[in-house]
Amino acid sequence: MSVVDRQEWDVVVVGAGGAGLRAAIEARERGARTAVICKSLFGKAHTVMAEGGIAASMGNVNSGDNWQVHFRDTMRGGKFLNQWRMAELHAQEAPQRVWELETWGALFDRTKDGRISQRNFGGHEYPRLAHVGDRTGLELIRTLQQKIVSLQQEDFRETGDHESRLKVFQECTVTRVLKEDRVVSGVFGYERESGRFFVLQAPSVVIATGGIGKSFKVTSNSWEYTGDGHALALLAGAPLLNMEFVQFHPTGMVWPPSVKGILVTESVRGDGGVLRNSEGKRFMFDYVPDVFKEKYAESEEEGDRWYDDPDHNRRPPELLPRDEVARAINAEVKEGRGSPHGGVFLDVSTRMPADVIRRRLPSMYHQFKELADVDITAEAMEVGPTCHYVMGGIAVDSDTAAARGVPGLFAAGEVAGGMHGSNRLGGNSLSDLLVFGRRAGRYAAEHAAGRADGGRRARVDDAQVDAAAAEALRPFSAEAHEPADGPPENPYTLHQELQQTMNDLVGIIRREAEMKQALEKLAELRVRARRAGVEGHRQFNPGWHLALDLRNMLLVSECVARAALERTESRGGHTREDHPSMDRRWRPAHLICSLADPAGEAAGDPATTDPERGRIALERQATEPIRPDLLALFDKEELVKYLADEELEGRSE
Amino acid sequence: MSGYEARFRVWRGDVEGGGLQDFTVEVNEGEVVLDIVHRLQATQAPDLAVRWNCKAGKCGSCSAEINGRPRLLCMTRMSVFTREETITVTPLRAFPVIRDLVTDVGFNYTKAREVPAFVPPADLGPGEYRMMQEDVDRSQEFRKCIECFLCQDTCHVVRDHEENKPAFAGPRFLMRVAELDMHPLDAAGDTGLDRSRTAQDEHGLGYCNITKCCTEVCPEGIRITDNALIPLKERAVDRKYDPLVWLGSKIGRRSRDGS
Amino acid sequence: MATGTEPPATDDRPPGGGVHTPTRAAIRAPHLRTDRWWLAPAATAAGLLAFVVYSTWRAFANADYYAAPYVSPFYSPCLAENCEPMRSGPNWELFGTWWGISPAIIILIFPLGFRLTCYYYRKAYYRGFWASPPACAVAEPHKKYTGETRFPLILQNVHRYFFYAALLVAGILSYDTVLAFRDEHYAWGHMGLGTLVFLANIALIWAYTLSCHSCRHIVGGKLRHFSRHPVRYRMWQWVGRLNARHMQLAWASLVSVALADFYVYLVASGAFDDPRFF
Repeated sequence: MSVVDRQEWDVVVVGAGGAGLRAAIEARERGARTAVICKSLFGKAHTVMAEGGIAASMGNVNSGDNWQVHFRDTMRGGKFLNQWRMAELHAQEAPQRVWELETWGALFDRTKDGRISQRNFGGHEYPRLAHVGDRTGLELIRTLQQKIVSLQQEDFRETGDHESRLKVFQECTVTRVLKEDRVVSGVFGYERESGRFFVLQAPSVVIATGGIGKSFKVTSNSWEYTGDGHALALLAGAPLLNMEFVQFHPTGMVWPPSVKGILVTESVRGDGGVLRNSEGKRFMFDYVPDVFKEKYAESEEEGDRWYDDPDHNRRPPELLPRDEVARAINAEVKEGRGSPHGGVFLDVSTRMPADVIRRRLPSMYHQFKELADVDITAEAMEVGPTCHYVMGGIAVDSDTAAARGVPGLFAAGEVAGGMHGSNRLGGNSLSDLLVFGRRAGRYAAEHAAGRADGGRRARVDDAQVDAAAAEALRPFSAEAHEPADGPPENPYTLHQELQQTMNDLVGIIRREAEMKQALEKLAELRVRARRAGVEGHRQFNPGWHLALDLRNMLLVSECVARAALERTESRGGHTREDHPSMDRRWRPAHLICSLADPAGEAAGDPATTDPERGRIALERQATEPIRPDLLALFDKEELVKYLADEELEGRSE
Repeated sequence: MSGYEARFRVWRGDVEGGGLQDFTVEVNEGEVVLDIVHRLQATQAPDLAVRWNCKAGKCGSCSAEINGRPRLLCMTRMSVFTREETITVTPLRAFPVIRDLVTDVGFNYTKAREVPAFVPPADLGPGEYRMMQEDVDRSQEFRKCIECFLCQDTCHVVRDHEENKPAFAGPRFLMRVAELDMHPLDAAGDTGLDRSRTAQDEHGLGYCNITKCCTEVCPEGIRITDNALIPLKERAVDRKYDPLVWLGSKIGRRSRDGS
Repeated sequence: MATGTEPPATDDRPPGGGVHTPTRAAIRAPHLRTDRWWLAPAATAAGLLAFVVYSTWRAFANADYYAAPYVSPFYSPCLAENCEPMRSGPNWELFGTWWGISPAIIILIFPLGFRLTCYYYRKAYYRGFWASPPACAVAEPHKKYTGETRFPLILQNVHRYFFYAALLVAGILSYDTVLAFRDEHYAWGHMGLGTLVFLANIALIWAYTLSCHSCRHIVGGKLRHFSRHPVRYRMWQWVGRLNARHMQLAWASLVSVALADFYVYLVASGAFDDPRFF
């Protein structure tokens, strides 16, 4: 079989969103021949959906801002579970990464004195988000895309070939990271257009595939978010970290049904929008948790004054971190004070003149007008929580973005875990992409250079390629393999059942019994997924693509469910009805998922692994203590609320 | 409005050939055409090829032609059609077809590479850029482009004349030239690159006869013709057909585009 | 494995280019639009044609274009010796006795050229008369297309010179409107229905002329840094707002100029008596 196209590259980047493109730019600028692989067309990655902005403490609007404040906000938002070194690097490097975008042609909105304008956002103490209206993600992706084109133009001038040093393989899917002697040797994938397989041999692979939202029914994520990178890393032997933390964005559209889940940007609240229940009450004032009590307004008047005079007033509670707002909305709806379609009201129409709304929130205006026939300058929006982001991800080294345990594997962006702790602040994801995308690109290039010098480049052996090809072709022969098990399963049906299961049983509010039930359902789906069959041929066949993505979604969903069952507290993006409060004893604990039977998996044939038994092993790991100088940025009284007793003792010494 | 059965005709096939295939499919309240295409995939045609991504009109992937008009599948609500109407969905007809509703949009990526990138000013480092909002407004409008390529598809210069493709960048990329030419800090001029002139000489601006179909189909409402193409034509006239401006630039003072 | 499903009944492909290029989706119909796409180009063509017929008749008529104090905008300024005498103008005998045909021809060339090269009218007649394209995504009938890249259409680039000329013409028509505040004995301080017609016409002529794309470019569009030219920026914004209505203004002023002429014709030919207000 193994007559597949093989190419040699130094660095292969899987994913062409913000992190992937930033990594590719960095790797190429450091001299590595770099290939980028993406499932969509170049420039269509899910990053375009980011609306609010890029968090960076440039201090253009409020000069009181600096990296320490940003670091503090990030740690608070993540309830101190963040991999603190990542949060530190992120806060320190974000301004440079934003300014660099300007030199590549980005055009952010401006302040009066011509600098980059910054807006308020939930959880950020100062106006911090560099933005372009409410289409910042589009600006980011387009800028990076155009930077890549400019590098290709440079290469064309020198070599006569645009793609000699930096090539984008668009509409391709990677199904396996290949290894030789425990070290990364490349990737196996197929072209979606033709169905042809290919192997890119490379000593460094950067995974930047984004999130897992498509495992949930109500989600703001696009079809690409099937947890591919998480699964690729798991299958390659790298562990995942804290997968129980899934962020439900408080404001997604709830009506009409076909757009349920589509994001309503947080800028709506940052710019003055308020949340009301069916009784017309601004209910968020009732939901300010103790740890945030001093930082948020207690009356509507004070909250309203804050927009104009942030130095002498506290911010309105609509701008609490996302997890708090999402839970509050959930509770209101549950207690019967929801809107007609099962959400709550988000209103800007009574807060700003119509032309200001249209200017500051153009795509929201457009989105509601076009998709829901709602004029947001005249009436309130209906919104409810939607699965938005996974804080958990591939466990990485903070400085180098290298995946633990697999030399040559790197991860950046949403697919990497740790940076955001248990909950991500709005605006921190775009800066995360840039900061760690660049770092991943840099260290991937260095790793590749090291391998090249030693002349120890691994060559992918044919057996591995054959196994990967057989796995990818399985859906076409589902019927032939096991006639006794009944007819092949429809992958679309399986996907819908998976989404329903995760949404209902491992959703925003979790209960032990339900999660156990979810694990049983996942086991059943796993068995059935082996019989997922498809019709037609390999050329641009969406049924086939979905059948292959199911493997990844099932793996990742199991991680989420197992970790969520294990963590018996509520923290950030993980809320347990049976353990409703944060437990300081869980602060220093990370939950690590890895394959239960790596040997069996490595053999390639999924038939050897018992589908009934879970494929994931869970392990609890102690976190590295937070560096004292970083802890010193917080008040003692605040730390007492978060840190476990033994950590506090360590500090007082 | 409750559910009903709608009649659809969807083009299926590939470069070898194909045709319109009839379907009857359920439609529910508030749905868009992309929802119906997905329902067809899930229930009747699992291998029906379609490109899509964000389903919110932000990524520009699901471009196709509905009843002969270039549109985004995800932003076309079913409520704009009557229940009796047969809705015809075909791939973009200006580009080579790959399969079903998916076309090869490589033309656009080729053209993107032909437009020289932003040239950063040599004397400014990162963080030193100062630009006024009124100076970036124009280019920002063009940067709203989601690259759905509907304008490229509808433009008769290439839609009806395949042979013009090598010479003509299309509205999207002429707009990109305009965007860079209006960027307050682009230093292309310092490298000897005159973007207004190349719009005419290298990117085929002269082919445009400003019949405005690009503006008509733009899902982002960008006024491509009025704000990008015509200003670019006027700038080209400055360079090439206006003796007064030409004379002025020779005499001096106007070294950089008259600022 | 990986076998093809049967494609649906094949719609055989007519030979040809454009949407029938062999690599594109095989669809026989040159377009699949179901709406009345032909309505807009047909209406445009009909409207323009009507104006062409009317203005040709009036321009060559060489009669009934002056009824003191009103002069038809088609004949203003009147530059030949054979013009009817008008007190205070606007007739200047730049052309001598050798000019035998209608004096309208001398001057009409400028507004005609302005409108002919106007970015809106170009769209209108390319679509309406030339079917290039007839409507969006409707295949055009031509085998070859070079747009405005070569002679004669490359001459469209002279639009701005016609704009300068149109400014002069608009200035003279404004003067005519001022003169319309006289009565038939040239006494000042009077006003009739014709004065109102002239006022409406000149307002629309100015609005159309100033909303021109070339004008927008000249007043500010050519600048790179608006922030350094606040006055020109304001002017650019103002012209831009007018420019957004360029199409409406083009039609409105076309109709108003014909109406103003027709009004003068009615009064001059004695078919109608200009009602005087004071």
